[in-house]
Amino acid sequence: MSEEKLIFEKGAPGRRAATFPALDVPALDEAAWLPEALRRGAPPDLPEVGEQDLVRHYTRLSQRNIGIDTQIYPLGSCTMKYNPKVNEDVASRDGFRNVHPLQPDSTVQGALAVLWEMERWLAEIAGMPAVCLQPSAGAQGELTALLVCRAYHDSKGRRPRTVLVPDSSHGTNPASAAFCGYRVETVPSRADGTVDLADLRPRITPDVACLMMTNPNTVGVFERDVRAIADLLHDVDAQLYYDGANLNAICGVARPGDMGCDMMHFNVHKTFSTPHGGGGPGAGPIAVKEHLRPFLPVPRVRRGSDGTFSLDHGEPLSIGRVRSHTGNFGILLRGLVYLRSFGGDGLPEIARRAVLNANYLLSRLKGRFDAPYGARCMHEFVLSLSRQKRERGVSALDYAKRLADYGYHAPTVYFPLIVPEALMVEPVETEAKETLDALAEVLGAIDAEDPSALHAAPVNTPVGRLDEVGAARNPVLRWKR
Amino acid sequence: MAFEHPYLPQTPEDEAAMLASIGVGGIDELFGPIPAELRLRAPLDLPPHLSEMELKEAFQALGDRNRSTGRLDNYLGAGAYEHYSPSAVRHLLSRSEFYTSYTPYQPEMTQGVLQALFEYQSCVCALTGLEVSNASLYEGGHALAEACLMARNRTGRNRVVVSAGVHPEHLQVLRTYTRNLETTIAVAGLGADGRTDLEEVRRLLAEAPTAALVVANPNFFGAAEDLAAFAGPAHAAGALFVAEVEPVSLAVLRSPGECGADIACGEGQSLGIPLGYGGPYLGFLAARMDLVRLMPGRICGQTKDSRGQRAFVLTLQTREQHIRREKANSNICTNQTLLALAATFYLGAVGPRGLKEVALHGAAKAHYLADRLSKLPGVRLSHTAPWVNEFTLDLGRPAAPVLQAMLERGILAGLPLERYFPGRDREILVAVTEVKARGKLDRYAEVLAEVLGGG
Repeated sequence: MSEEKLIFEKGAPGRRAATFPALDVPALDEAAWLPEALRRGAPPDLPEVGEQDLVRHYTRLSQRNIGIDTQIYPLGSCTMKYNPKVNEDVASRDGFRNVHPLQPDSTVQGALAVLWEMERWLAEIAGMPAVCLQPSAGAQGELTALLVCRAYHDSKGRRPRTVLVPDSSHGTNPASAAFCGYRVETVPSRADGTVDLADLRPRITPDVACLMMTNPNTVGVFERDVRAIADLLHDVDAQLYYDGANLNAICGVARPGDMGCDMMHFNVHKTFSTPHGGGGPGAGPIAVKEHLRPFLPVPRVRRGSDGTFSLDHGEPLSIGRVRSHTGNFGILLRGLVYLRSFGGDGLPEIARRAVLNANYLLSRLKGRFDAPYGARCMHEFVLSLSRQKRERGVSALDYAKRLADYGYHAPTVYFPLIVPEALMVEPVETEAKETLDALAEVLGAIDAEDPSALHAAPVNTPVGRLDEVGAARNPVLRWKR
Repeated sequence: MAFEHPYLPQTPEDEAAMLASIGVGGIDELFGPIPAELRLRAPLDLPPHLSEMELKEAFQALGDRNRSTGRLDNYLGAGAYEHYSPSAVRHLLSRSEFYTSYTPYQPEMTQGVLQALFEYQSCVCALTGLEVSNASLYEGGHALAEACLMARNRTGRNRVVVSAGVHPEHLQVLRTYTRNLETTIAVAGLGADGRTDLEEVRRLLAEAPTAALVVANPNFFGAAEDLAAFAGPAHAAGALFVAEVEPVSLAVLRSPGECGADIACGEGQSLGIPLGYGGPYLGFLAARMDLVRLMPGRICGQTKDSRGQRAFVLTLQTREQHIRREKANSNICTNQTLLALAATFYLGAVGPRGLKEVALHGAAKAHYLADRLSKLPGVRLSHTAPWVNEFTLDLGRPAAPVLQAMLERGILAGLPLERYFPGRDREILVAVTEVKARGKLDRYAEVLAEVLGGG
C-alpha cells in the first residue's frame, strides 16, 4: 500500500497533455486588447503533465475506487443497481452529445421528443398527469415540488406554514422544506416503523401545507395507511408528497397517484439505472396532480397537432426556473433507454425481483442479526447491531469497515436515525442469488470473528481507517505549492 | 414463461429456492403489505420492452432528428460553449470504477473519487484565486443561488444587488430559490459601454442593507467587467462581493480573488464537458476560507489514515442535510461529481498554458469575426467595452429572419437577444471558441453579407 501523489506533485513545468492547431487569425495584442486592470497576473497553478502520466494518474486513482461494476453495493435507500452499457452508448451519440441547449426547437426535435416521451412514461408510472423534468437531483425535485405546493396555496389566498416529515425521512426532506420557507415538524414513527395515524391526526391542522412521505419508508416497510393519511390531509387542503427514493419497491406494481399522493419526485439515478458518478449527476423530475400543473417550472415541452415539439416559456402561474435549460438531459435520456428496455410489460418485474432479493437476503441474515421491523420487508431492510455493540463491543461502523476487507461495500450505516447501530441493506434486483449468498456468508463470518479484527479493520484497503475528526478540526481542502 | 431480461439474473430455480428460504409461496405474497385496492390491476399503458438492438435503432432515429454541432456551424454560447475536449478526458471518464461509484461515504474504498475531488477543489481555487471550493453544485444558476444564500446567512440581510449582466436564466433561478425567503433582488443596469453601471450599483447599495453584490465576468453580453472596482463599494456597504465567472476566461482575466471577491461561482461546462442539450453540467463555488462553514454541499478534505498515510475524506459534514436536516446550509445531496472529475481531467490535460491558449485563440478568432462582421453595412457591435470571445452584434434590422436564413445555410449564427430581452429584436449574441478554423469564420461573414444583401 502506498500513497498516490497528487496530480500537482507529478509532471514538470512545460509539460501538457493537449495541444491545439496553430492560430490562423491575427493574434491579439494583449496590452491593447485588455487593460491591465482586467488582466490576470500570475497564471493559475494547474497541473503540468504529459498525456501518459495524466492517463496513468487517473487510471491508478480509479483502481483505488470501487463501483457497481466491481462489486455489490448494498447501500440502503441508494438503489445501486446495474448501470446498463447501452445507456452510455446511446448518450454518447453525436446527435445527443453535441447539441447546444439554446438551438432553435426546429433543430432539436429528437431531444424534445426524448423529453416529451420521458414525461409520458413518468406520468403513467406516477399515476399523475403532469411532469416536469427540470430538477437536477432528488433534493431539487423536493424543493421544486414544495415551491409548487406553496404557489398553489398562495393562489387560493392561503399561507399554511408547516411541513410534516416522519422521523425516518431523508435529511433532504426537512432541508428542502426549510429552503422553501416552511416550518418543519417531525412526526414520530410507531414501533413497526410506519407513521402513526393516531399521532398524526391532531397534527393535521389548516396550518399544514404538506406531509412528505417515503413509501415504502426508509426502514423498508410500506405505509399501509397512506390512503387514510391522504384523506386527512386533503380535508384541510394540505398536500401529500411522495419521496421517490424507494420507488424501486413498487414501480409498475402500485402508483403514488393512486395512493392519494399529490406530487412526487423520481430519482432517475436510483430507480432508472443511471450511474451515480461518484456522487452525481442525477436527475430529479417531479410529477404532480392536475390541480398543481399550472405552477410547474417553465419551459414546458409541447407537441403540436402536426407532431412537432416546442418549448413553451409562457405560463403565468409558473414558479419559474429551478435551473438553466431543460434539466440533466443526458441522465433523462439514459433513464428513458432503461424504461424502454423493460417496457410496460417488464417494469413490474423490477420491483418484484428487488423485493424478492431483499427478502431472501433478510431470510439469510435474520437468524444472526436483529431485524427490528420483522422478517419481511419491501426492497430494503434495516438491521440493528445494538446487541453486537453491547455484547461484543463492536459497532455498525466496525462491521462496515470489516466488510471492506472482504471486498464488499458496506450497507448504509447509522441511517435511519431512529434505529440504533443501523445497517440498512438494499440488495437490488440486478444481483444474482449467489452474490447475495456470498454477502450473507461474509456478514456471518464477520459476526463470528474476534472483535479485535473488526476494530482494526480495514487492513486490505489502500488506506486504513481515516482520522475524520482531524480532517474537520484542521481542514486542508486544497493543494498549495 | 418468466419475463427474461439481461438485467434480471434470477432463474426460475433461483426464485423457487429463494421463496423457500423466505417461507412464502410466491412473490405476490411479498407485496401483501400493500393494500389490494392500491395495487395496479391492469398493466401500465406503456409500450412493450425492447431488446438492446431495438433500443439502439429507436434512439439512433431520435438522435438523427437533432442537428448537432457536427452538422451545423455553431456560434451559440450564452453560458454553454463548444470547446475541444481531449480524447483522454472521455476515456478517463469511462472508467466505470468512477462512474458506477456512489458518493464516497466509505472513504477507504473510494479514495480514487475523493482524491480526484480534492484535486478538483484545488483547480477551482487556483482558477478563482480563492481559498476553498466545494465538490460541485448542479449548474451555474444553482451555484449563483447558493452563493447568494451564503451571503444572506453570513450578513443576516435579505437583499441582493445583481448586475443586469448576469445570465438571465441564472437570475430566474435566483428568483425561484428566494421566492419564499422574503429576499429582495435589485437589478443594477448596464452602461452604454456594456458594463455594469458602477454609479447605479453604489446608489442601490446605499438604498438598503444588502447581503451581496453580484457581478458576472464576462457578463452575459460578452463585456469584460472591471471586477476589482466593485469590491470596495460592496464591502463598504457591508455586503459580500460575489463574482460569477466563466472558467476558461480566467486564464486571461483577473481572478475573483485578485479582485477582492468573497465568493466566486459559475458554470463549469466549458471545462471539457459536452454541450449535451443543457446537462449534466457543473456548478462551481469557491470562497474565502472564513466562509467555509456556510458553504453548501460536499467538501473533500485531506487527512491521515491509521497507518500514517495521506488520505482523503468528505469533511465538515455538519453543514449538510443528512446531519443537520432543516438547519442545513443547503438541501443539496446528489451533486455533479462526475462532471467535477471531467473538469479536473480537462484542466490536467490542457494545463495552465493550454488553458490560456484556448482562451486566447477563442478571443483572437472572435475578434477576427467581429471585425469582419462589423464592416457589413448596418451591422455594428452593440458595446464598446473590452470583451473576450463573445460579443453582442446589432444587425440594424430584425434578427429573427436573418438567423433563420443563416440556419437554412447551415449556420447557427448566434442567440437572438429577444429570447430574454423583449424589444432587443435586432441584436444577437455570438460566441467563438478555439474550434473555429478561419475558413468557417470567413464563410460566416460571407453568408451574412449575402443574407443581409438579399434582404
